[in-house]
Amino acid sequence: MNNAILKVSDLKTYFFTSRGIVKAVDGVDFELRRGECLCLVGESGCGKTVTALSILRLFDSPPGKIVCGKISYDTLNLTKCSSKQLRQIRGKDIAMVFQEAQSALNPVLTIGDQIIEQIKLHLPLDHIMARDRAITLLSEMGIPSAERVMSYYPHQLSGGMKQRVLIAMSLSCDPQILIADEPTTAVDVTIKAQILDIFRELKAKRQMSTLFITHDLAVVAEIGDRATVMYGGKDVETASVSEIISNPKHPYTSGLIDCLPDTSKSTGRLASIPGTTPNPIQMPQGCAFHPRCPKVMKICSRQEPPETTISKEHKVSCHLYT
Amino acid sequence: MPLIHMKPKPNHRLLQIKNLKKYYPVTAGFFSRHIGDIKAVDGVTLDISEREIIGLVGESGCGKSTLGKTIPKLEEPTSGEILYKGTDITKLDKSGLVELRKEIQIIFQDPDASLDPRMSAGDSICEPLIIHKIGDEKTRMDRVAELMEQVGLETRQANLYPHEFSGGQKQRIGIARALAMNPKLIIADEPVSALDVSIQAQILNLMMDIQEKFGLAYLLIAHDLSVIRHMAHRVAIMYLGKIVELANKRELFENPLHPYTEALLSAVPSFKPKDKGRILLRGDVPSPLNPPSGCHFHPRCHRVMPVCNQQGPELAKVSKGHFVACHLYR
Repeated sequence: MNNAILKVSDLKTYFFTSRGIVKAVDGVDFELRRGECLCLVGESGCGKTVTALSILRLFDSPPGKIVCGKISYDTLNLTKCSSKQLRQIRGKDIAMVFQEAQSALNPVLTIGDQIIEQIKLHLPLDHIMARDRAITLLSEMGIPSAERVMSYYPHQLSGGMKQRVLIAMSLSCDPQILIADEPTTAVDVTIKAQILDIFRELKAKRQMSTLFITHDLAVVAEIGDRATVMYGGKDVETASVSEIISNPKHPYTSGLIDCLPDTSKSTGRLASIPGTTPNPIQMPQGCAFHPRCPKVMKICSRQEPPETTISKEHKVSCHLYT
Repeated sequence: MPLIHMKPKPNHRLLQIKNLKKYYPVTAGFFSRHIGDIKAVDGVTLDISEREIIGLVGESGCGKSTLGKTIPKLEEPTSGEILYKGTDITKLDKSGLVELRKEIQIIFQDPDASLDPRMSAGDSICEPLIIHKIGDEKTRMDRVAELMEQVGLETRQANLYPHEFSGGQKQRIGIARALAMNPKLIIADEPVSALDVSIQAQILNLMMDIQEKFGLAYLLIAHDLSVIRHMAHRVAIMYLGKIVELANKRELFENPLHPYTEALLSAVPSFKPKDKGRILLRGDVPSPLNPPSGCHFHPRCHRVMPVCNQQGPELAKVSKGHFVACHLYR
């Protein structure tokens, strides 16, 4: 069964700064399968966004550099592609929805101009056809009076609307893969529910393969098929979403789940993970999580844990299971 | 385990807010003609007892932060009364306000913005002591050390600057600073929304610990309903400057009456599959400059009736301790 549409193996993206080497992504493996929604979960600084940016090589270089690893899409290895090849892939084959809709849109261009620009760049359509396509997409995203919104500037739209425009824009060239970087983070719960609904529909109607990056496990539970949990630049656990939530193996994953003040529980002390996320310039030796781990053993500070297979679909990197 | 934080004392009213309004005038043109008001807080009545945690929930732009800032008079109220232990805050003079602000403190949302980057952690925590002329240098140092310990920071970190701390630690500094004056009421404006989940749990636990230890009352402003459900005794739901529902936590989460509350609760992503379908609200919060007629919520309401766009419902009692502003319950 090889229906992986995107496969990332042993990806390492480092930033060479004056203060030292920031190992933002330090050996990540995962595959995105056709038609599924894979969630990359982790706290700030765990490398989930840099992983996404590495796929399309969207970080500044220097200081950033993919030092090793392979990103296979179709027959291509994206880490070896030229900038020119990548430009054709970005937005056309692999599209991205960014976190802050406010800063992802150009404030001095109308919504219409921004969507049409991308369509005309990648598809053989004239201006009128591109415009029609843009309007259709906007109304599909649930934007009322889409034709009028085309002439609006970003500041005339609310946060939720801007996020929809971004999603419409990312879909404008029928991409194979959609990468969504925390699209629900900066918005209210009611808008969050609307946006999640859009993603759910995309999956149902277009069988979109989505890489969904989030720190919110409840969001993962709502829309994900499988999830990869990241910590300290590495993937520490991968499994189906129901398995991750009901049967987490890595102490970090179970910690993350326990410290949620989930609405189903009531008062009481929250479990918490002591300490803070590590400094990416000075990662702890061995397993990056060991200084915060409640189940730490002697070996953890000395040796990096290898990936262990719990079941066919459940993989974890922790010495507890080796 | 029983309730971890202290039970409120309902007979000891700490703060009573009566029909509070805060309008921001909107002007236009060369002569700054007054063309309307942004009704950020539009007639809020709420009381807080000693040791009580009130959760204030609403979407961005609903006026919850403005309400929080108006209580210690960081914003001048347009009209209405705020009684703190019987004294009307809105009528206090400057020296009265200084005294009042010893008892009411705020924890802000973004510790990056609320801490001066050029002041060390110790200086930031010490500043309120200096402003209120409490103790001499030696006793202040001791107090700072004590406060830092209480919020889980190490005393040797007093000389570090904000950028040397992580987000969670910065929020601890903010909490230590708020505790410095031994307040009775802390207004916490989204204290954990800028933090990672693992850190969020640490800060919420800390807030519950100090609530228990010092017998504090909180006005906890948050948009995250799971945080509110975890912490609060009573919950007030705000929409466009008005409180639309107020009830005990359990009552509100188990028996939400206002359609807006229902929609908010159903919108929260959750581990458990929903038994009922999700109520998706259409559209966004309307502009407070030009709110819809009648009930402000009617254009987004899934149970709208003809009366809703004509007449604004008043907050009225439905059962003991449960108030709702909706025509459905007339």
